[in-house]
Order: sequence, then structure tokens, then C-alpha cells
Amino acid sequence: MSLLQLKEATIRFGGLTAVNAVSFEIQPGQLFGLIGPNGAGKTTCFNLITGVYKPTSGDILFEGQPIAGTPPNKIASRGICRTFQNIRLFKSMSVLENVVTAGFLRHKTSLLSSLLYTPAVIKETKELEAEAMQLLKAVSLDHVAHVCSADLSYGMQRRLEIARAMATQPKLLLLDEPAAGMNPQEKQDLNGMVRNIREQFGLTVLLIEHDMRFVMSLCEQIVVLDHGEEIAQGGPDEIRNDPKVIAAYLGEPA
Amino acid sequence: MFLPIGGVELSTLPQQLVDGLLLGFIYALIALGYTMVYGVLKLINFAHGEVFMIGAYCALFTSWALGYIPNNTLGAGQWWMLIVMLVASMVGCGLLGMTIERFAYRPLRNQPRIASLITAIGLSLLLQYGGQIFLPLNQNIDSKINPAAGAFTIALGGGKAVDTATLKNTLQQKQAAFDEYLKRTKADPFNLDADGKKIRSEAQAAERDLKNAADTGKGTTLVIPYGKVIAMIATIFLMMGLTYLVMYTKRGRAMRAVSHDFDAASLMGINVNSIVTFTFLLGSVMAGAGAMMVATFYAGAKIDTFFGMVFGVKAFVAAVLGGIGNIPGAVLGGLLMGLTEGLVSWLGFTAYKDAVAFVVLIVVLLLRPGGLLGSAKVEKV
Repeated sequence: MSLLQLKEATIRFGGLTAVNAVSFEIQPGQLFGLIGPNGAGKTTCFNLITGVYKPTSGDILFEGQPIAGTPPNKIASRGICRTFQNIRLFKSMSVLENVVTAGFLRHKTSLLSSLLYTPAVIKETKELEAEAMQLLKAVSLDHVAHVCSADLSYGMQRRLEIARAMATQPKLLLLDEPAAGMNPQEKQDLNGMVRNIREQFGLTVLLIEHDMRFVMSLCEQIVVLDHGEEIAQGGPDEIRNDPKVIAAYLGEPA
Repeated sequence: MFLPIGGVELSTLPQQLVDGLLLGFIYALIALGYTMVYGVLKLINFAHGEVFMIGAYCALFTSWALGYIPNNTLGAGQWWMLIVMLVASMVGCGLLGMTIERFAYRPLRNQPRIASLITAIGLSLLLQYGGQIFLPLNQNIDSKINPAAGAFTIALGGGKAVDTATLKNTLQQKQAAFDEYLKRTKADPFNLDADGKKIRSEAQAAERDLKNAADTGKGTTLVIPYGKVIAMIATIFLMMGLTYLVMYTKRGRAMRAVSHDFDAASLMGINVNSIVTFTFLLGSVMAGAGAMMVATFYAGAKIDTFFGMVFGVKAFVAAVLGGIGNIPGAVLGGLLMGLTEGLVSWLGFTAYKDAVAFVVLIVVLLLRPGGLLGSAKVEKV
């Protein structure tokens, strides 16, 4: 069974069809790429999957269950989490706190017991912090765990977003332009890091990216959107040579 | 220390500052509700003052339900009544706050913010004027339960503890006795017999005592009613609890996450609706506690449907002063407002103290637009 399945997912904003009958399937463990020119509807697709928008028509299935129209926090608790194109950390919190907060779903203790600071709370807090440190290690931010997250460099903030998303223990991780604004060296590190966390945590990854070299070297399966429509789907090599894709990016040959 | 302006007595300064500080704690308690709601929803909850007003009514009704206490002072075994009243106010306000959020603000969450703002103003007016139909007006808890009776007196500057109120009282009694003597004996005030001279000299001595106490500053005495001390201690405890809750519990952390980024928090699995409700609950509970304390411990506090107006506005100013959305800022702003009022009263401008509070606000906002502890946001482009 596929992990995530979009069936003719469509969303219209007034007269604009931002995503038009897009269908694709992601298998467990895949590194899946979603590409397309600006305004193709990639981030809208993410918003549909994570429950920010409800599709006008069509279906979205996660582990065989329909999730379209479910509130974002419920979808997160089912195991889909994401990062953002423009960084949206909880800025005045420390790096560690950002990650611990995202583990909210898994906190068991009640408000009363946490006010009373019972031993169970202390134990749980320690466990959550230990887990968060593990995640920070995976994105090599463990050495800045107690730094205020707003003070991190851009590349580090991007990695923290990934760690924070990981803290919800997702089965499917959505990365919205994770390499945006990174220099070549940082991109290369990110490539290795994404592969690593997939191995280490048994994740499936769906990512949006503009950097073709990055996508082609990382993803096993790629979907191409243009003007809200799906124009191609396949492995990196197929996509590279697809005339429709080339036309979408470079324009029709004169 | 600057020289006191003519007619201003240095000796009354400490008392005014202490009173101002106590009042400031109450402002802070209410300001917390404004600032927390603004933090998560970016909404000024103008109905917060009216939640405060309802809290005072909850305390009033509870005091009625607990029974009249004829001797005007709370007996030793009756302190539990205050606790019951406090809890009743907090619970009543908490429920009201959550109801307002659920039925007035939540349906408008995704509408332009101005819609919620106008709803808030409307709700405030609805409670103020609608309440007049159902609620008893011009009530006073003070006449039923008055723990404000009795006070700590503290001597300053090495002098003996002198309660100027008592001195004034004595003076009045002596003067009355002298008047009464004159009336009774129809004696000539310029040609008194021994009895008359004795009574007159007693009255003069009382006058001297009072004058000395005020003049020398040696007799500077703080009079702090027990009730206000209780109020201050309770407020400090509530604030400590709140700080702990917001900083160290999962719900507090989730609250801060929601206030940073509503959507991102939701996508990280935080149920924002429950967090928003919780925020309203907390803010309203604090307002409820403040309302009970003002209604009970401030002699002469008249409870009517406009009870929340002055306190609501002042607390809002305090929240803005400290930097709205900032919790320590609300406390700082509240204390500053209270102290300013005390200082202004000391200078003899009691009638203008509300105006001065706003002048302070304007000056602070001119110098630091984000408030004292707030940071002015710079939009990145």
C-alpha cells in the first residue's frame, strides 16, 4: 500500500485553479521530489496534504485513510509533518525548546500534574529532552541546543526546522525548499543529512526544490507541476529528458 | 530627592508609594489577560474589563450566599469565606472568558481582524448595559465582609510608630469634647475655669502631636490594611504560578508556540483551538482574582456594571506600556502605573492621576513604540 496518495486533488481560489487534478503516489521509504516553475502549485500541494487547505475536489489518502479536510494538528498527529519555505521557527525559544514543543502531541502528563511537578513529569521532561537532543544530533545542532533559535545562522535555522518537524515523529516528512538560500557546501551537507535521517528514522520524504542538481541527486521519484497541472512523473533521468519539462522551464523552442 | 512643593509633605510619600504599588499589582493581574490574548490572537479583548466586572459580582453574590457578618469584621474562623469568594470569582470569570472566546471570537477567527475588534467593543457594551437589566447596582461588599479593618502600622526613619489616622481621630474627639464643654457651660472661651483650660489644653496637645508627626517626618508611618497585604501576596503567588505555567509546562510552551506562529504551531500538531481557549481561561481567571480583591479589600468599592471600566482601561494601558504580548511587560507596566498614580496623588494632583497615567503612556510609546519590554517589529523584505 502506498503511504500517501493524491487522487485528482484539485483546489480553486475563486476563478484560479491552483492545483488541478493532481495524482501521485508515494511509497514508504521513498525520497520523492515535487518540482515545477514558480507558481506551479507546489506549496499549495503541501498545504493540501497538511490540512491548511481543503481540496475543492478529489481525495488525499494517507495510509489508505482519507485525510482531506482534517485539521492540521490532527494530520500532524497521524504522522505528516512539514517545514516551511520561509523559516517559521518559534523564534524566542531556545533550539532545544523548539524541538520539545513540537513533541507536544506525545506529552502524556496532565496540566495539573505538570503544575505540581510530579516525578512522572520530571521523568517525561527528561525523556523528551533526551529525544530532542537525539534529533538535534541528527541535524548536527546539538552543540547549540541552548542558544536562542533566532540567533542561529540561516542554514542552521533550516536544519532546526527539519529537527522540529521530526519531533512530531512523522512517517512522512514534507520539506518545502530545504536548500533555498544555501551555498553549495551547505546543500551537499543537507543532501547527506536528508539521506541519513531517512535511514536512521525510517522516514519517507517529500520535498519541493528548485535546485535541479539537488533534486536529481537526492530523489528517486519526481513529479513535475506547471500551472497547477501535473506534466510529468518518473525517475530523475526520465524527467531530465522529458520535452514537456524542458518546455515548462525553458519555454517552447522557437 | 527633590524639594517637596509647597503643601506637599514628604512624610506621606512612602504611604502613597505603598498604596500605588498595591494598586499596581491589581493592574498587573488584569493586564496579563490583555497581553496573553493579544499574544496568541493579536486581538485586543476589550471585553476583558467586563469579565473583571462580572468577577466582582461573583464575589458579591458569594458573600451574600455565605451570609451577612454583622460586626463588620471578619472573625478568625471566617477567613475561608474569602477563599470561597476568590475561587468563585475565578471560576465565574474563567467560564465567561471561555464562552466569549468560543461564541464571539472563534467564528470570526478567519475574518479580517477588525471584525473581532468591533465584536469585542460590542461585547463590552453589551455586558455593561445589558447587565443593568439583570444585576443589582451600586452594591458594596465592604459593608458585609471587611477584612480591610485592621492594618499593619510600620514606623519609618527611626521614629515611633504613629498612626496619623489615630492621631486625627484623637484630635477630633478632643475638639468635640471642648465644643461640647463650651456648649454645656456656656463659658467664655477667653475666660475659662480650670476644667475648661484642662480640656482645651488636651485638644491643643492632640493638635500638636498630629502636627509634629506630620512635620518632623520622624513619625512617618505606613498604614497598610491587612486586606491589601493579602491581596498583594495572593497576586504575587498567582503571577509566580502563571510564569511557571507559561515557561515550564507543555501547555505553556504550546501557548508560546501559538503566539509566535499560529499556523506553524498547528502544523506541529498543537491543537490551537484548545490553546486559545486555555489562554482566555487563564486571563479571565486572573481578572476574576483581581476583581474579588478590589471588590473586597478596597473600602468603598462600589460594584455596578461599569466596575470594570476604569480598571480595564488602566490595565490595558499597563499592558501597552510594558509591551503588549509580553507577560513580564504587563507586570512591569501595571506596577509602573500604580506607582505613578501614587506619586501624582502625593503631589496633590489626585484629580489628574488618570490623565497622568496616559501622559506616561504617550511618552513611553514615543520613545519605545513597542512598549518597555516589547520589541518593535521590523518587517523584513
